[in-house]
Amino acid sequence: MSFVPVLLQFVVGLFFGLGLIVAGMSNPAKVQNFLDFAAIGTGGWDASLAFVMAGAVAVTAAGYRLVLRRTKPLFAAGFLLPRASAIDARLMVGAALFGICWGLVGFCPGPALTALGTGSASAMLFVAAMFAGMLAARWLADRMTRAPA
Amino acid sequence: MTAFTPIASLIGGAMIGLAAVLLMSVKGRIAGVSGIASRLFPPYADGELFGRLAFVAGLVAAPLVYLLVTGSLPELTVAASAPLLGVAGLLVGFGSVWGNGCTSGHGVCGIARLSTRSIAATLVFMTTAIVTLFILRHVL
Repeated sequence: MSFVPVLLQFVVGLFFGLGLIVAGMSNPAKVQNFLDFAAIGTGGWDASLAFVMAGAVAVTAAGYRLVLRRTKPLFAAGFLLPRASAIDARLMVGAALFGICWGLVGFCPGPALTALGTGSASAMLFVAAMFAGMLAARWLADRMTRAPA
Repeated sequence: MTAFTPIASLIGGAMIGLAAVLLMSVKGRIAGVSGIASRLFPPYADGELFGRLAFVAGLVAAPLVYLLVTGSLPELTVAASAPLLGVAGLLVGFGSVWGNGCTSGHGVCGIARLSTRSIAATLVFMTTAIVTLFILRHVL
């Protein structure tokens, strides 16, 4: 382990978190008010999150094009891009469960971790449960891969 | 009610994008929070634990830096009860790992790469989130 890439990853996380805060996405109420499409007619809808998504996707798409022209990253042997392309039941079930509970409380993993830094007891409870859920998914996935077909 | 903040949200979104681009140029990896956070626990498949810890520490430290700069903590309003937060946390964690990504990995990085898998996942979680909130706020 060398120090510089670890420090840079702290800076990346910090910048990501500050982006979530500036965007308003670390606030579950704002996330839920975006997801509340039925409020479009009544004026309670907050369209801000569409702008978060647009800004993030545009910068990432442009930046990736530039970065991926290089032969390798600054502190790794090569680029590790996801190779899976199957749209299978596992992807659909995972995304559906994730979406249902994201809608219920307005927290997804990044904003929940950032909200943790405000000392919010709700964020602490959510993050503790989230880590337990992540471990359960890893354990189950591991069992299914090992099981004879 | 929360205020419509198109400029701040666009800037914040661009910052998230810059962070994703920086991680790609430094480590050659996707900035997917669920993937990074779930690998903080053993078994460790590679030697990247300290980098992941540093990334998550940066996310958690962000409100403190925001406090130092602006003099106030970011606004945080949580409507959900404690039991609901526990159940939802469990399933957000489970679902994001089971589906190999969340809002950041699929919704930002995957869509930016025009991955059909990520576009499909994002459509599914956006739809289920919108339907769930509709039921929560307008049916129950």
